[in-house]
Amino acid sequence: MTHDFVQNFPLFCIILTLFSGPTCMVLRGKWARYVNLGVISAVGIMSLAVLLDVCARGEAYVYMMGHFPAPWGNEIRVGPLEAFMALFFCIIMLLSMIGGMAQRLRKIEASKENLYYVMVNLLLSSLIALIYTNDLFTAYVFVEINTISACGMIMICQNGHTLEAAVRYMIMSLLGSGLLLLGICFLYGLTGHLLMSNIKEAVAALVATGTYHAPLMVSVGLMCVGLAIKSALFPFHSWLPDAYGYSTVSSAAILSSLVSKGYIFLLIKIFYRVIGFDIICGSKIINIFFVFGIAGMMFGSISAARESNIRRMIAFSSVAQIGYIYMGFGLGTAMGVLASIYHILSHAATKSLLFVSAAGLSESSADSRELPELTGAGYRNPSAGMAFTVGALSMVGFPLFSGFISKILFAQAAVNQSGKMLPTLIALALSTILNVIYFMRAVIVIYTPLRDIPAEKREGYRKIRMRTHPEITAVFACFVLLNLVLGLMSQPIVELCARGLDMFG
Amino acid sequence: MGVGNLFANYQEAIAMIMFAIGFSNLLLQKNLIKKIIGFNIMDSSVYLFLALKGYIAGHQAAIVVDGVQSVDAYINPIPSGLVLTGIVVSVSVTALMLSLTIRLYSRYHTLDLDQITTEVKKGGF
Repeated sequence: MTHDFVQNFPLFCIILTLFSGPTCMVLRGKWARYVNLGVISAVGIMSLAVLLDVCARGEAYVYMMGHFPAPWGNEIRVGPLEAFMALFFCIIMLLSMIGGMAQRLRKIEASKENLYYVMVNLLLSSLIALIYTNDLFTAYVFVEINTISACGMIMICQNGHTLEAAVRYMIMSLLGSGLLLLGICFLYGLTGHLLMSNIKEAVAALVATGTYHAPLMVSVGLMCVGLAIKSALFPFHSWLPDAYGYSTVSSAAILSSLVSKGYIFLLIKIFYRVIGFDIICGSKIINIFFVFGIAGMMFGSISAARESNIRRMIAFSSVAQIGYIYMGFGLGTAMGVLASIYHILSHAATKSLLFVSAAGLSESSADSRELPELTGAGYRNPSAGMAFTVGALSMVGFPLFSGFISKILFAQAAVNQSGKMLPTLIALALSTILNVIYFMRAVIVIYTPLRDIPAEKREGYRKIRMRTHPEITAVFACFVLLNLVLGLMSQPIVELCARGLDMFG
Repeated sequence: MGVGNLFANYQEAIAMIMFAIGFSNLLLQKNLIKKIIGFNIMDSSVYLFLALKGYIAGHQAAIVVDGVQSVDAYINPIPSGLVLTGIVVSVSVTALMLSLTIRLYSRYHTLDLDQITTEVKKGGF
């Protein structure tokens, strides 16, 4: 009985977030904020219930919407990995929203605050739908909803930078979704199905008979390139630094840690549930991912090292981390994909921590984002300073923290792949060195005493104690705890992800 | 063989050429309005392609009239449904892009994206 009821929860999550979006439009800012936080928490709790239920049953299930069978109906598929991702995304989103609240209240016009929560709720809805859906065209529609709401989140505080970044983001995203749509249409033309499981059967039959090989590869390629553009893989990242660097801190944290990850999760689903992982590995597509992933790791880190704006530096570091994830796909083994999934988790937990703490550091330094002017910010805002240090250590791959585990998983996955072992290990080592260069430089700057800066330049510097913003201090504590959990108790999480991936197949 | 196929399926070929035109316009044009037009050409070409995939020569649109319920009378309705969904998506995206363009134009008095970027870099908030 309870199981039957819990089965409905994924649908409830999507419906609840989808309808709470427009509801926020008619509410005042304060009430919209409460509705938003309440909805995120409710979705998180429901996802936890779904996760426990699926784990207890030990198998994934397919939920038919309205009990219409395949060609007419739409389906949701729920397994441990999906439920875990939904839960994790909710946690990160909740923490980012609370952590950015103080800055949001200062920067966004009071009459527009509720509109921001419309965007956030729609974004959460589209992320959850992307995670659970079993239908390719539904996935496309929610990809577009995701893009539109992300665009709204970028430009909520309107200045030249954010508007320009929003336009550039939209243009890149539209190119990506155009290619994704064309790929889905090709695949529909080839197989005559839109549900993932049916397409997989049809594709397996096509491959077995050897017919339509070229169109199949073209459609897979189009979908892969489309999603790679949307998740800002290396040559397509030009919109990213401005979009993350100038939007409000919650937007930056959510965009970097969730939005691009939603597309990547969809790509993993396409690999496993639509095309079949063996067919993907047999094609040359993964080699392209491998090369561009490594190029992204290098280029992102080098650009970050040359950047003096702390927010843009963290944004460029995201380019490098997306490169890691695609490199994991490029290895072409289940181990590699597992490492990528773990990196999605660790990057989300770390990058949002970095964005929120960087905002805290700027707040104590007259709202400056330039590194030289952040000198000594770690003393002025001790909690943000400590949080930034933890995030930086985790990004570098210091043991204890989550980044270390994902790097180890990448290295382990590479060792089993004779041809790609050497480039992967060299890329990991080089990228770690580059990470150390720019993140440790930032940490050293924020812990340099103020002596060398003349007094007239210190105008606007102020001390922010832990109790000035108690909620932000609590958010830092939660993020650090999350990082430690991912870093110290990785075994059960890795096993959960591996089991979920097995059930994908 | 290859060229013959291309002529036999000339409608699909046209859809793909239109996709390429729209895609390159969206990517390469500097003028924001031209970019939006490119985006619309690109999406319309995909809808043309989908509609072609669902069309069965000699059959009617999938709306039951005069009580005829035989499958042989109608085309495949699913691609038409997808086209409708897609049109909704592209209309809303176009509206969003146009509103962004209006904002940028009223701020910088130009539609040239490169010029806007230089203005933004100069600190012209």
